[in-house]
Amino acid sequence: MAVQKPAIDPPIGGPLGKLIVWTDQRFPLMALYKSQVSEYYAPKNFNLWYYFGSLAMVVLVLQIVTGIFLTMNYKPDAKLAFGSVEYIMRDVSWGWLIRYMHSTGASMFFIVVYLHMMRGLMYGSYRKPRELLWIFGCMIYLCLMAEAFFGYLLPWGQMSYWGAQVIINLFAAIPLIGPDLAIWVRGDFNIGDATLNRFFAFHVIAIPLVLLGLVAAHLMALHEVGSNNPDGIEINKHLDPKTGTPLDGIPFHPYYTVKDIMGVVVFLMVFTAIVFFAPEMGGYFLEGPNFVPANPLQTPAHIAPVWYFTPFYAMLRAVPSELASFLPATQFYGVAVMGGAVMILFVLPWLDRGKVKSVRYRGPIFRWFLTAFVISFVILGYLGVVPTTVWGQMPKMWPFDGMDVATLVARVLTIIYFAFFLLMPWYTAKDKELPEPERVNY
Amino acid sequence: MKTIRTLLRNCAATAMTAIALTPMAGLASGGAEPPLDRAPINLHDQASLQRGARNFVNYCLNCHNAAYMRYSALTKIGLTEAQIKENLILTDSKFTDAMISSLEPADAKEWFGGVPPDLTLVARVRGSDWVYTFLRSFYRSDESPTGWANPLFPGVAMPHVLHDLQGTQAMVKAGERPGHGGKPEAVMKLAVERPGTMTQAEYDRFVGDLVNYLTYMGEPARGERTQLGVLVLLFLTVFFFIAYFLKHEYWKDVK
Repeated sequence: MAVQKPAIDPPIGGPLGKLIVWTDQRFPLMALYKSQVSEYYAPKNFNLWYYFGSLAMVVLVLQIVTGIFLTMNYKPDAKLAFGSVEYIMRDVSWGWLIRYMHSTGASMFFIVVYLHMMRGLMYGSYRKPRELLWIFGCMIYLCLMAEAFFGYLLPWGQMSYWGAQVIINLFAAIPLIGPDLAIWVRGDFNIGDATLNRFFAFHVIAIPLVLLGLVAAHLMALHEVGSNNPDGIEINKHLDPKTGTPLDGIPFHPYYTVKDIMGVVVFLMVFTAIVFFAPEMGGYFLEGPNFVPANPLQTPAHIAPVWYFTPFYAMLRAVPSELASFLPATQFYGVAVMGGAVMILFVLPWLDRGKVKSVRYRGPIFRWFLTAFVISFVILGYLGVVPTTVWGQMPKMWPFDGMDVATLVARVLTIIYFAFFLLMPWYTAKDKELPEPERVNY
Repeated sequence: MKTIRTLLRNCAATAMTAIALTPMAGLASGGAEPPLDRAPINLHDQASLQRGARNFVNYCLNCHNAAYMRYSALTKIGLTEAQIKENLILTDSKFTDAMISSLEPADAKEWFGGVPPDLTLVARVRGSDWVYTFLRSFYRSDESPTGWANPLFPGVAMPHVLHDLQGTQAMVKAGERPGHGGKPEAVMKLAVERPGTMTQAEYDRFVGDLVNYLTYMGEPARGERTQLGVLVLLFLTVFFFIAYFLKHEYWKDVK
């Protein structure tokens, strides 16, 4: 050994202590534990919104563990897949519980992550120096969508099949390479056994690997720059002169570990209530038509993606395929808008020109835009579930010509969604903000 | 500045309109479907489930499969292996086999124009109330090739297999109501033409038991699931108090 490490302070006794000392001399065990857990100082003023990060971690672990057990009995074969899921539900010990935990977990993952992202928007958690932290988060969100999309094909029900059909046909709308791209993704001219096999591979190994790497990067970036807080001010500005630690910070362990355990219990109460009493969640978490095996010859009356994709699906449907007479008519405009709605999240840190981070000290314009944005997202989510005829038709006169009310509303809401981002450089710079406090409110 | 205010007002107005419109969704979507009767589901009533299993085997399994349900799983509704082998396995299937009809798919295509759908999950796909109403809504119709029609399933291929029990119904005019554009619209209802071997109440109970069984078969773990759920939630409630007091103990020194 070239350099003798200093002894662990305070010293650890007993046989376990000896093992820790032995390990620490060969691996940065205590250094990691201290930097990531026991001496990671987090602001003491976290509120309810700050539970969702740790909850996302809990759901990730739940999905991986239940997923492993599902894989032991699932058959990625177009002839056997549907039956193997029913086999898990009936003949595998506790199979129904594992399957419901996994299917409920998928939806809960999105609920938790959407709330986690909402927290970031409200308190400016994407602002300097946390841009990269935010970008890792956006990449996690992309992976999550891919993971959910690939996984949804696996039960091989009618909605699995036709949902995937609709999404893959979107790729076919991309100019020039589209049709070939769609065949390349499917591995066949139609969704079939080859598609199911590759989706299985993506769902159980490729995407989870990337996801885990990104989660590690997300946490490392967080612990490098420190957590933001509801006041949006940096706790590192005021350090204790004796210890050099932030005056408004507390060690993550034990303070936030015990607090997060409390949050996890509340979350599990909601989670298990769904798993045990309403696993289908009225058809939103498990859709009725998905209990019919996939049938390529029979299109279901109404195809809707699962609820977590519906805000973007509503945008896709809202964009007309004929934009102007001099442009070619193609579904690609809708696809581009849908893709743009997700990708625009990545540049958010550079769109915001406000001086303060937290919504607590933002001006009225930002608050209005944020409110309109959230309402738009929720209503778009609803519109994506239902047929476009749900709200009836507009009068048969110019400029509406009897178009569906829901389509018109979806168009307006899509514009609001994008306006929130695209007008941000302008309205955040112009807004009348309040002065930030020196120290956090606790 | 005036444009901003207009823009904001427009955004708010759109949002308000959209929120105000949301409750209409429920009304608009459920127009054409006939109303459904409530199926008498009680998954803890083993006698009803056993009668339902008997009805299923005697009437449905002749043509339909329940390919994801094993005969042996019927022990969970209180039947013994001997009872199942003696009374419920009418084909040459073994006790641990899935419930497969003796009707060959090729014959089904020739005789009925298609293979009858698998019924293991039918109650999950359509809902118990739908199946309960469907099986009680067949009526005579000269327009369909089988001579039977059903308001819940336009163009239904299945004849009314249970007509010996229920008797035959006809769709008759029950009155009028003002329709679209003020034109009077006929209100139709089902009426018994010729009674069967069962009274109306007996037939409803027969179908009720059958649908109870179909609901059970759609998800055999449902009873176990809700029972376990109560225990898990009780445990989590106790655990919450422990977690709550632990948090408060630690956070005492955060000033």
